[in-house]
Amino acid sequence: MTLTRFVTKSAFRNKRRSALTVLSISFSLLLLTLMMTIWRSFYMDQESEQSSQRLVTRHKVSLTFALPMFYRQKIRAIPGVTNVVPVSWFGGLYKDEKPENFFAQFGTDPEEFFKVYPEFQMPSDQFSAWQHDRAGVIADSELAKKFGWKIGDRIVLKGTIYPVDLELNVRGIYKAPVPTQSVYFHWKYVEEAVSWAKDTAGTFGIMADSPQNVTKVASAVDDNFRNSPQPTKTESEKAFQLSFVAMLGNVKAFILSICLAVVFATLLVSANTMAMSIRERTREVAVLKTLGYTRGTVLGLFVSEAVVIALLGGLVGVLAAIGIVQAMAHASGTGLFLTGMKVTPATMLVALAVSALVGFISAMVPSYHAAQVDIVEGLRYIG
Amino acid sequence: MAIPVSYNIRNLKLRKGLTIMTALGIALTVTTAIFIMALLAGLNKAFASSGDPLNVLVLRKGSTAELSGGFDASLLPTLRNLPGIAKDKNGDPTVSGEWVVVIVLPRKDGTGEVNVTVRGMMPDGLEIRRPKVNLVEGRWFTPGQREVVISDSIHKRFANANVGDSLAFGKGPWKVVGIFDAGGSAYESEIWGDVNQMASDFDRQGGYSSAYLRATDPVSADALKHRVSDDQRLKLEGMLETEYYEKQTRSGAPIKFVGLLVGIIMAIGSSFAAMNTMYAAVAYRGREIATLRVMGFSRPSILTSFVFESLLLSLLGALVGIVLMLPFNGMTTGTSNAVTFSEVVFSLRMTPTVVGYAILFAIIMGLLGGLAPAWHAARQNILTALRG
Repeated sequence: MTLTRFVTKSAFRNKRRSALTVLSISFSLLLLTLMMTIWRSFYMDQESEQSSQRLVTRHKVSLTFALPMFYRQKIRAIPGVTNVVPVSWFGGLYKDEKPENFFAQFGTDPEEFFKVYPEFQMPSDQFSAWQHDRAGVIADSELAKKFGWKIGDRIVLKGTIYPVDLELNVRGIYKAPVPTQSVYFHWKYVEEAVSWAKDTAGTFGIMADSPQNVTKVASAVDDNFRNSPQPTKTESEKAFQLSFVAMLGNVKAFILSICLAVVFATLLVSANTMAMSIRERTREVAVLKTLGYTRGTVLGLFVSEAVVIALLGGLVGVLAAIGIVQAMAHASGTGLFLTGMKVTPATMLVALAVSALVGFISAMVPSYHAAQVDIVEGLRYIG
Repeated sequence: MAIPVSYNIRNLKLRKGLTIMTALGIALTVTTAIFIMALLAGLNKAFASSGDPLNVLVLRKGSTAELSGGFDASLLPTLRNLPGIAKDKNGDPTVSGEWVVVIVLPRKDGTGEVNVTVRGMMPDGLEIRRPKVNLVEGRWFTPGQREVVISDSIHKRFANANVGDSLAFGKGPWKVVGIFDAGGSAYESEIWGDVNQMASDFDRQGGYSSAYLRATDPVSADALKHRVSDDQRLKLEGMLETEYYEKQTRSGAPIKFVGLLVGIIMAIGSSFAAMNTMYAAVAYRGREIATLRVMGFSRPSILTSFVFESLLLSLLGALVGIVLMLPFNGMTTGTSNAVTFSEVVFSLRMTPTVVGYAILFAIIMGLLGGLAPAWHAARQNILTALRG
């Protein structure tokens, strides 16, 4: 029997205990992976090539203030800017006030929209149909699937900010690399219906000519409007999105404390099991040592046993997390925050490393004691 | 005949290390659960205690929040003449036309910017809110001056927010002249000033985003609300202030969702750990249990005894968990209001209900973890166990 075989055999000699430990650890690791995934998508995600080239300009005071439409031409004139479109939050109600029927609705300019958002894929006939219908709307493919929208369908958005109910025709369904759960329609529709919305835009989406120029463009835009009645705040798309996360509160501390609690709980569970299983085998250890196994080997055997169990738990947990994230990202009603989330290989590796480390640490103390046991004492031990 | 409780306690004491570690694991789970429940309790409290049933809030029809749009100032006199409005100290109807805007202020600890609600109100606006709001420092703002009063929590959480300081927003500095305490309500996240000053600063003259009417009694408040909504000329909608805030409690939905997920997953994990400990306890005591059986203790009494031991273990964990959470009780934090997009400040509240639920939560974990091993213990064959 090889040492590896010995380790795996003893790891599962008490099947029920090992199974329970693996399950317990896997639930903790499942949670840890979920938290890391949320953290990652909030703070670390590599943005797409197009997104890193994009900026958002809003009113400096807050998002609830609109900007004058003539800013668009002024922004366009700034060096480094290739395209500008108005993107105005409509915030209407679809069907009713239920949160699961809520999604983002933006008014924009179809002529230039796909130049600023080139990663959105849509057939060209749908594109021209949208352009030619003032009441046309395009929807994210995931969203269209959720509500069962097809080309030609009519949807009504009841205005809450703007006193108008939009009657829109679905003219196109676009595919985004990361599902956006949004619809886009002609902003002109609202401008014509609501007098005070005329010649205003909620925000402007700006495409810069290169990712390096983003900071330069941002400060150029803000400098341009610094002393006007409507000063602006321009930031990269990622920074703009992060400001919404920041509004949720101290998310970082929240996630971190949960992660810490989870890791510590896992450590306790694993240590508990190892202490139990090693104590049972005091006599066995003495036999092993009589047979000539050194303290180091005995220590190594026990520690690897713990690592094997913890790793197995980690693996089950990570696999479950992948399934849950997959289900959540595509489920309806979980809100815009979870759309497009993915468990990355790096997150999986970190989770597995954490579980292995937990196994290692939890086995250190009991295994050390076991390895130190005096042979004669050990043989006499009756459990 | 039941096995004495002291037997279980002594058993738990015998395997100190095991007991402590399992209890700690349960304690961590309980702590997390309490943390999330206390957050939600605080948030609910912020909305539930907001608003006065005598105040009728008037918004443009179709609008769901004070921030979304507004109505023409010419409608205010019509509102003023509606019956059922209480008289203010000058003998006029207690009505306040208000402007609500959201501005961005940097947090004191540098963790980013926060949307804060700024409310411009008429002098009656203060009177309408007086029953719920106390001045703790300085004085109220003077109409016609660039002065503001800020809530206690804004004073604590943001830089340059003391009496005598100036806050820069709109078209220039505003002098902070007072700090008020809104008793944990949604006003706790607001800055108040004179409505005309505010409107001109934000170029919003000639309209109001909302109006508040103070009714004489609850019955006339209800009548007033319907009178506003039913008047076809006004195109306005009236609602009780309490109803308005009740709708905003859904701001807690993301916390609730994450909390539920975390709580359930951690609880399942801890139940498995408790099960492990209890199985070990049963295995160690195979002979003992058999002896108890020989002495005449029935299977059910052994089953109850072990389930009870598991419950003791989890209750111990709950106790530790509750104690661990105590220092965080009352800690204030903020989240985004899903309706107004502005920050709502609330504190962690370990209410008796929260503690009660935490204990219930621990009991469920104990039961889940204890039942199977106890069943196993009760079903053991006496002879084999005695020999083992």
